[in-house]
Amino acid sequence: MALPTFSRRSFRVWQRNRDVFLHLWRAETVPVFAEPIFILVAMGWGLGGYVGSVEGQSYLFFIGPGIVASYAMFSAIFECTYGTYVRMHHQRTFDAIIATPLNIEDVIAGEIFWAATRSLITTCAILIVIAAFGLITSPWAILTPLLGVLGGLMFGAISMAVTSIVPSIYSYNYFFTLFTTPMFFFSGVFFPLSSLPEVVQKAAWFLPLTPMVNMTRALVQGRFHPGLLLELLYVLAVTLVFFLLSLYGMRKRLIK
Amino acid sequence: MSNMIEGRGLIKRFDGLTAVAGIDFHVGNGELLGFLGPNGAGKTTTLKMIYCAVPLTEGDLQVDGMQVGGECRRIKAILGVAPQEENLDPDLTVEENLRVYARYFDLPKQVARQRVLDLLRFFQLEEKAKSHIESLSGGMKRKLIIARALVNQPRILILDEPTVGLDPQSRHSVWQRLTRLRSQGITMIISTHNMEEAAYLCDRVIVMHLGRILAEGKPADLVNQHTEGTVTEVRLDAQPGAPLLKELARRQIAAVHVEDVLYLFTQVEPDVLQGMGIPSASLVQRPANLEDVFLRLTGTELA
Ligand SMILES: Nc1ncnc2c1ncn2[C@@H]1O[C@H](COP(=O)(O)OP(=O)(O)O)[C@@H](O)[C@H]1O
Ligand SMILES: [Mg+2]
Repeated sequence: MALPTFSRRSFRVWQRNRDVFLHLWRAETVPVFAEPIFILVAMGWGLGGYVGSVEGQSYLFFIGPGIVASYAMFSAIFECTYGTYVRMHHQRTFDAIIATPLNIEDVIAGEIFWAATRSLITTCAILIVIAAFGLITSPWAILTPLLGVLGGLMFGAISMAVTSIVPSIYSYNYFFTLFTTPMFFFSGVFFPLSSLPEVVQKAAWFLPLTPMVNMTRALVQGRFHPGLLLELLYVLAVTLVFFLLSLYGMRKRLIK
Repeated sequence: MSNMIEGRGLIKRFDGLTAVAGIDFHVGNGELLGFLGPNGAGKTTTLKMIYCAVPLTEGDLQVDGMQVGGECRRIKAILGVAPQEENLDPDLTVEENLRVYARYFDLPKQVARQRVLDLLRFFQLEEKAKSHIESLSGGMKRKLIIARALVNQPRILILDEPTVGLDPQSRHSVWQRLTRLRSQGITMIISTHNMEEAAYLCDRVIVMHLGRILAEGKPADLVNQHTEGTVTEVRLDAQPGAPLLKELARRQIAAVHVEDVLYLFTQVEPDVLQGMGIPSASLVQRPANLEDVFLRLTGTELA
């Protein structure tokens, strides 16, 4: 089996999605800011008052970076699950596009690049929010948007691979309840993984959100350690594997 | 006249089901070719093979000298495709649908802008330029799909059932535009299960049934070859019984029945029919058409 490849033409699909987004950005902007603010206020201030300090910092301080990483994840996942599914299945947009010089791999790659862009936008928006809460203490935070892109590519690719096999739009319920939501709770966003039993800790390390949270925390707070390099490599590997899987899976699904 | 498209031994199987069962055809430069056949004949599958949306199971297919399978991007660059299924982009306005589509072909912005204006005018959609797709009528959507297929100034235009589901007025409006395009020399392939459409538009028709080609030729020639020019329709009270059919066969009268209508392709005197128990009052004679060709070849109706 030859490796699936895409071309620069995938940019055309990215442009299409950008154009649609620019139509709707007003509708999309408020939710992007609102939810993380609610969480920071409720959990950080509210719950944080009872929790005291975590790893030597205030609870609000602790959860800030994880909120950035997980909401970036949600926006990429949403794009390549429901977003892609509607365009592919209900609107038949992909059928229309592949009658032009673009092929299906270009379309899928363009969709994932767009998911990465959504993740980038969310990352920047929430960085502004946590900056307003005074939670950014390192100039390295300026690199966080890069993590937004990387995480967006990874979660976009994972979601796209799922989209390539779901029998119907309702099947995403499984993906969300069995994968996305647990990841949100067990990736070190709300409490350090060290408070979990050893076995669960090890498993949690493999959840792709875990390294994203750790890397974001490192940049936002300027605290680095060599293990981060390994986490970065892990994310790159997962991204590559799922990117290829999704190109392959979508061709299999759509070209009969 | 050189051939724009040449297909040899084309077969398409979808796990187990044979949609196209080995067909050969060609389309000449500037020709308007029609695939005529009922639902499920394999028309859409054949067209999709040409525009690389469905890979061939077997056979050889060339578009303007390029091999389908190997050179799909280059092939698709010279094609315009108006699919059977409406797949306009509902997230975009009418005008944006065309501009975004032009971008898929790497058309420069200025060129695209002018072409979009021209196409909207040609299809009388100027007033709808800023509207969203859902506010268009069925006829307008069809026209927009065809306009979209023309945005790259294709050498070959592929139209899959271009007027299915349209009211007669919109249908004629589409036909008019297709006729004008043909006079500009663009090669066209349409599929249709409407014999009137095939007869009105096509230079040449390929009659398809169950994945095979049954007949091919100019619409008028097909009618002449397969009928005597006139068909007698007999409206019976019930399905014709075996004795009647046997008697028709014995007298070598070519007949096909669909439920309680009997079609006679051989000229017979009314007295003869009366002798078989068919009253003259139930007879209607009319000129033969492409529908009759299909009826005669398959024993079933087209639509
Ligand atoms: N993707 C597909 N998977 C399975 N069967 C298909 C597929 N596409 C078409 N078919 C079958 O192939 C046959 C021919 O279909 P089609 O080419 O759409 O005919 P037409 O356009 O003449 O109505 C039909 O029996 C149809 O159900
Ligand atoms: Mg069809």
